[in-house]
Amino acid sequence: MVASVTSLGRSGVYDWLVQRVSAIVLAVYFVFLLGFFAFSSEITYEIWKGLFSQGWMKIFSLMALAALGAHAWVGMWTVSTDYLKNGVTRFIFQAVCGGTMFVYFVWGVQILWGL
Amino acid sequence: MAILFFEHFQLTCPSRASVECERAVNKKRPVNLDLTQFRFPLPAITSIIHRVSGVILFVAVAFLMWALQGSLESPESFAQVKESMSGFFAKLITWGIVSALLYHLVAGCKHLLMDIGIGETLEGGVLGAKVTLAVSVVLILFAGVAVW
Ligand code: HEM
Repeated sequence: MVASVTSLGRSGVYDWLVQRVSAIVLAVYFVFLLGFFAFSSEITYEIWKGLFSQGWMKIFSLMALAALGAHAWVGMWTVSTDYLKNGVTRFIFQAVCGGTMFVYFVWGVQILWGL
Repeated sequence: MAILFFEHFQLTCPSRASVECERAVNKKRPVNLDLTQFRFPLPAITSIIHRVSGVILFVAVAFLMWALQGSLESPESFAQVKESMSGFFAKLITWGIVSALLYHLVAGCKHLLMDIGIGETLEGGVLGAKVTLAVSVVLILFAGVAVW
């Protein structure tokens, strides 16, 4: 088996599974949010803030955030290995993607933290 | 492909007929690299859009986080985010992001179903691609109505 230093779990099988599990978490989260938008008539600040102040919503959002980090990391890694054939270019691209996911995660935690 | 074919031809060419071989090699032979000749079946198209939408989402998350942060900070910033999302261009971007999400979500669910062995046949793949396109087009149209 080929292990790559830059893949998330260092093995394709592990990455494959991580992407499936994270996809399910993200799917549930976004279906919930889209449903919330679709079925509430007018979303005010109170309703919106009230939703994200709930303990379960914070945990749910945190889960989605962690899933997003793993999912997009594996996803962008896959894409980069398909198109970027130059090792240095690919590594830089992957590093930028990984860094971006880290920033997204910390940013998201900060947003939820303050509530 | 062309290179593979070329090497294969040389290897199988008997050496005593090298002159003839050379003539054959230099003859104009079809090169199978004509992109317009490739077929793109429906499942291939839905698959590449899934990839494109995933990359779009990766970038779009920055906008989503920005909107989430502003909308939760204070009533004033909530109003500000709402205000900045009211222009035509901003609505177009919002619709684009929601569309990418909806498509990626629907195609992703199809992907997961196929992973557990549902619709893995050739016919199933084509049907799945059709359903994916139909469902996401309907959802994207709904989203457009909701945004405007
Ligand atoms: C904002 C959130 C999301 C982002 C940024 C994202 C991004 C990506 C990217 C970049 C890929 C790689 C595409 C490829 O390899 O062709 C991918 C693949 C995938 N995504 Fe997402 N995605 C998100 C949400 C979702 C959701 C909600 C689902 C729901 C089912 C999902 C399901 C999948 C699946 C199953 C794959 C694997 C495709 C494959 O192995 O070819 N994703 N995603």
